[in-house]
Amino acid sequence: MDYVIEMEKIRKEFPGIVANDDISINLKKGEVLALLGENGAGKSTLMSILFGLYRPDSGNIKVNGELVSIQNPNQAGELGIGMVHQHFKLVHNFTITENIILGREPKGFKIDLSDARKKIIELSEKYNLNVDPDEKIENVSVGMQQRVEILKMLYRDANILIFDEPTAVLTPQEIVELMKIMKNLIAEGKSIILITHKLKEIKQVADRCTVIRRGKVIDTVDVKNSSLAEMAEKMVGREVSFTVNKEKADPKNEILEVKNLNVINSRKVLAVKDFSFSVKAGEIVGLAGVDGNGQTELIEAITGLTKIESGEILLNGNNINHLSIKERINAGISHIPEDRHKHGLVLDYSLEENMVLEQIDNEKYSQNGFLKKDAIRSHAESVIKDFDVRSGRGPITIVRSMSGGNQQKAIVGREIFQNPDLLIAVQPTRGLDVGSIEYIHKRLIEQRDSGKAVLLVSLELDEVLDLSDRIVVINNGEFVGEVLASETNENEVGLMMAGVQKGENS
Amino acid sequence: MNLNSDKFRALWVALISVFLGLVAGAILMALTGHNPFEGYTYLFQGGLMNIERIGNTLATSTALFLTGISVAFAFKTGLFNIGASGQMLMGGLFATAIGLTWDLPKPILLPIILIASIIGGGLWALIPGLLKAKFNVHEVVATIMMNWIAYWTINYTIPAYFKGEYLETESRIIGNNASLRVEWLTDLFNGSYINLGFFIAVAVIIIIAIVLDKTVLGFTLKAVGFNKESAKYSGMNVNKSIILSMMIAGGLAGLGGATFYLGYSSNIQIGVLPAQGFDGIAVALLGANNPYGALAAAVFFGLLHSGKGFMNAMTDVPPEIGDTIIATIIYFAATSLLIHKFLDKITAFFKGGLKK
Repeated sequence: MDYVIEMEKIRKEFPGIVANDDISINLKKGEVLALLGENGAGKSTLMSILFGLYRPDSGNIKVNGELVSIQNPNQAGELGIGMVHQHFKLVHNFTITENIILGREPKGFKIDLSDARKKIIELSEKYNLNVDPDEKIENVSVGMQQRVEILKMLYRDANILIFDEPTAVLTPQEIVELMKIMKNLIAEGKSIILITHKLKEIKQVADRCTVIRRGKVIDTVDVKNSSLAEMAEKMVGREVSFTVNKEKADPKNEILEVKNLNVINSRKVLAVKDFSFSVKAGEIVGLAGVDGNGQTELIEAITGLTKIESGEILLNGNNINHLSIKERINAGISHIPEDRHKHGLVLDYSLEENMVLEQIDNEKYSQNGFLKKDAIRSHAESVIKDFDVRSGRGPITIVRSMSGGNQQKAIVGREIFQNPDLLIAVQPTRGLDVGSIEYIHKRLIEQRDSGKAVLLVSLELDEVLDLSDRIVVINNGEFVGEVLASETNENEVGLMMAGVQKGENS
Repeated sequence: MNLNSDKFRALWVALISVFLGLVAGAILMALTGHNPFEGYTYLFQGGLMNIERIGNTLATSTALFLTGISVAFAFKTGLFNIGASGQMLMGGLFATAIGLTWDLPKPILLPIILIASIIGGGLWALIPGLLKAKFNVHEVVATIMMNWIAYWTINYTIPAYFKGEYLETESRIIGNNASLRVEWLTDLFNGSYINLGFFIAVAVIIIIAIVLDKTVLGFTLKAVGFNKESAKYSGMNVNKSIILSMMIAGGLAGLGGATFYLGYSSNIQIGVLPAQGFDGIAVALLGANNPYGALAAAVFFGLLHSGKGFMNAMTDVPPEIGDTIIATIIYFAATSLLIHKFLDKITAFFKGGLKK
């Protein structure tokens, strides 16, 4: 057979969870095989086994038909297997060339980069990667960094390339570029395993798709002959709706009012300029804008993380300009932050501890300075139950070991459980699979329907259009305009995001 | 019990480090032409031979333990306290100053002295805490600097205000009412220098263990230590936590100063930056930053310290071997990743064996 990789009955258990339950997959030469599954389904574990980061409890791996035992990534490299990780492993103040040869430095006392540089330029041209070998990593875009990771594999003569969620960090244009690159790679005889939960991408580049759910292979399908809905259903285990179902909004009194707000960012630049808008009870307001146009600063000003320069922030009619973060939380603002690892969770704390981060001094969870461990436990249990948070060991799971989707569900659950008047959700579904996205969207709409004000910030225009009742557009820190979601379309909002006023359409 | 739990792991790592350190010491003794068995016999006899020596070992461990828990506490909350020496000195200075100035009955004076030492050490750590919180000055730099400021403060203050009867380089001897030594305890241990300090230290572990594990304060400080940003987002006062954590660490080291200068010894000398401050880092490391682990590590180091003199008297093994062993143990504890790997292999081997 022409299989370059065969993984047979791979089994891997972690405490409390079977990550891979006798999984078998195979990869033909010159094809793109997609591994589709929800967060935490076991895709990354399986690939980590193939790449030598984990050892399987049982099962066989064959490369080019020969039985191998892969003990570490170096051995995987020798077998021609390379991996682009979701989080890049690059040294930021090194040049691209230096990063690529890292670990494969030419021998000798002084490192001679000229040969390496030449090879990199050749590879870059062959695969149309457009990489400047002398640029430093810190000066290049995320998309370029990913291409450096791809070059790193090619430089090491890898023939089997694993991409772990490669599009999670890319802009739409960069995704298009990546798809082209992957096609070039296939044309040159490489074989690719693509780990993803984005169905559209699978449809675009993959030949076959193996669906994994809860550690088991559900099916392997020919992508050409399967619809998106079919694959989604196999992945999630039930029918998935791609459209958001919601009733018409019934907005009431104004919960949040922002008036003439000016915010200066850490680089001492005016990032939010004379910005005014409001969010009413019972509606979802979407803040649309291209990344880095002042959304972050605006949200930080509302939640109290950044001092404002001038202007007014009113919550339920009361000025909250001078309240601390804590006081704003207590006044009824909940915040699902953009970066769950950096801002949302203490990764080394257990799930139950994370669920009370903001409320620990509330008398529900502590008394006279002592923790009420039982109350904390049962609170975590309700969040877990209500928000379907899956983890190895329940409330005492260390959050670091949980999958991204479940971490996010936990945060969303924590914030909603605080019963806020205003729920601020920043990129609430970033990097999540369709099942989790659908779920979180439903919960946000539920909040709206129960009379809460919801402020949604998302870089995904689809999400903003689907969820919001009203859309406020920000460009370069300025208020561009406001449209009703029911009366607009992608085109109009896209133009506004580029700074074109409504109706100014030439 | 789960044999693979983190705490159990830490214990194994510590025990293996100690064992490897002792082996290294033995090799060193053998290489320099001494009999390692004889050396170790006298080393342990020196620390444990009779009730008096046991008392001395515990007395030696007391200050080590308090500086160790100081470093461990700071570490748990994300800070690296290299300033335990200076904090210990200042705690000692505050305690000595009060002990030499106020003539009160012992049951009243001792609590005041202890509180003063905590305040002294706490204030000394407040400055690095403030610098870190307000200006993001790294606490390692600031605490080292404070060590030397403490050193020179002692150098001026002691001769100027508390000069000893015969020597300019040390303070007057404190009165019996200011000493942590109590007659019944000294008698019980046959004239050893064990003093109330040891029991205070044991009480302190229990308190610190409770604070870290069961209180809102510990929850907050640890959260800030693990992830400042998330702590800030969830409304915790990060700057206050950093300052408070430094002050508690400083207070613990300061208390160590009181137990050392008013218990183990009975006056304070100038020109010495107490080594316990730095050994405290080793204690915290070997004890895996766990309060009870730190206690065990401190007692063990105390044993080596108090036994090495006897070893030197009975054989011609130089007492520096004791310090070398401690240093080697620290190396092994610091490179505990290797030991972890070793344990992984062993566990895998036994699991594999059982399955077959």
